[in-house]
Amino acid sequence: MNSEKGLGARKAKDWTMRGVALALTLVILIPLFDIIYVVAVNSAPALSLTILTKTTADGGLINAIAGSVFLVCFSSLLAILLGVFSGVYLAEFGGRFASVVRLLADVLTGVPSIVVGYFGFIVFVLDFGWGFSALAAALALTIIMLPYVTRTTEFALRKVPSDMKEGSFALGATRSTTVNRISLRYAAPGILTGVLIAVSISLGETAPLIYTADFSNYLPSGALTHSPVGYLTYVTWAYISEPFASAHQQAFVASLILMLLVLSIGLCARFMVARWWKS
Amino acid sequence: MRKRESPRDRAYGLAVAIVAASIPVFVFGILLFLIEYSLPAIKFNGLGFFTGTSWNLGDFNAVKFITKNGVEGLPGASFGILIFLAGTLASSTIALLIAIPTSIAVALFTVEDAPRRVREPLIALVDLLAGVPSVVYGLWGLVVLVPLMERTVAPDLASTLGFIPFFGGATGAGYGLLTSGLVLALMVTPIVSSTVRESFAKTPPDVKEAALALGCTKWEMERKVVLPYSKTTIAGASLLGLGRAFGETMAVLMVGGGAGAVAYLPSNVYSPISTMATVIVSLLDSAVTDPTKLALYSLAEVALVLFLITLSANMLARLFVHGGIAKALVSGGREN
Repeated sequence: MNSEKGLGARKAKDWTMRGVALALTLVILIPLFDIIYVVAVNSAPALSLTILTKTTADGGLINAIAGSVFLVCFSSLLAILLGVFSGVYLAEFGGRFASVVRLLADVLTGVPSIVVGYFGFIVFVLDFGWGFSALAAALALTIIMLPYVTRTTEFALRKVPSDMKEGSFALGATRSTTVNRISLRYAAPGILTGVLIAVSISLGETAPLIYTADFSNYLPSGALTHSPVGYLTYVTWAYISEPFASAHQQAFVASLILMLLVLSIGLCARFMVARWWKS
Repeated sequence: MRKRESPRDRAYGLAVAIVAASIPVFVFGILLFLIEYSLPAIKFNGLGFFTGTSWNLGDFNAVKFITKNGVEGLPGASFGILIFLAGTLASSTIALLIAIPTSIAVALFTVEDAPRRVREPLIALVDLLAGVPSVVYGLWGLVVLVPLMERTVAPDLASTLGFIPFFGGATGAGYGLLTSGLVLALMVTPIVSSTVRESFAKTPPDVKEAALALGCTKWEMERKVVLPYSKTTIAGASLLGLGRAFGETMAVLMVGGGAGAVAYLPSNVYSPISTMATVIVSLLDSAVTDPTKLALYSLAEVALVLFLITLSANMLARLFVHGGIAKALVSGGREN
């Protein structure tokens, strides 16, 4: 093939394409390092204990940190409860309804988070009368996390070796016992990777929260309804457009905390993927 | 195994099926809510919704509401989304034009060129890009990309490529279509790339070796074996990326330059833009004040259209790639 072209020209083209592939790979990685660099450098002057002792109104971030942790824990709890058992249904029971659920789980991952936010605002905040609240915000996040937890649970359960399940059946265990005692236990690390990814996604969400959690300069009150909640992504978004340098620093520190959390969760998940999914 | 169904098993199966029904409940809940809630707006706005270029809540001091197709609105109210539709489509198109070749290059380098020791860390880094929160992309775009665009990139592009339509003209303040497209490209690339990489890695090695044995250079082998083998995956992954770009809100809100909502169609790639996703955030505060609620209904119509557009992109993608975004993110290209 390519007999019309000399070998030299073909080799030159080959080397050019090798170069282009390498160059574009580097081009895509530069922003990653620059994001980390820019966020770290700009938040460095503001790094002090104030962040953990004062609220956003006084130059700290403790209300946003506490709010983010509160919302993520709350929504993770709901998403794990719903997602793991939905995954069990998809992997172990199934039938025609399962393929519908599977399709709709994929649909749900594709729903833009701002659409979930608008839905949450009109339905939870206004119609249900919950007001700006942890409950409305956590439910919005749950809707976003649910399909990830569900599908990973399904994938993980499908990797359980059939001889383990058959061994359990042979010992006289019922299906429900086998799922709870054998399959879920074996698949737990795989399920956990999905949960970690869902947690990292919900930690970084802003659009579904702006009109469900609103924002608060105070620590979360613990009340589930009628009590706005602060969170980190809001600080990044809103404070960077304030005219004060101190507000900008808060925005950068909020981003730094987000990046550190997301990166460490990502590394954890990757480590578990390598250990478990590969085996 | 069916024979082992005891009453307890049946109860357990029923219980998990009920839990699994939460997914259809959420999807149809959102969809039916959007349809029902936007119904008055659909009647009031008609087809002008897609062709109109003004988003006007109408006269708040009016004594009497007007009625159109049986729906009450403020006098002078008109809701058209052409500008936002154009912003969404233009920014996503730019993003994909950049992201598709880049993703293929990154995937090719990872699978074919990268030394074994570099491969794993490289995959980890590209996947980390997928995990960066969109506000952080927005923040970076705002403090790094926007000034760079304003001072050098946009003026340079306009002076060298100004003869190409949409590249000439006023270069603006760094916020706008091109900046949004670049940030979106960065956000979409890891998703497209990880899906494509997974498929590249599955190219049958004997066919690759046969091509090399026939005297192909590595690039000729890639172009004639690896790429054709994965063309449906590339199409599917691109559609997944497109769905992502359509729905992205925060990053575009921060670098698009559409504080409030942009009132003009983009005239070139440096024009400020609003997208359907960003206007839901920027117009909701004012919409709440509309005594007829028509602005809220119209925003629901925006959300419905956005939902349907992303849905069609994702469903098309599903024809090509199985498992969708969830699988791309979770398996890190390792699912078998």
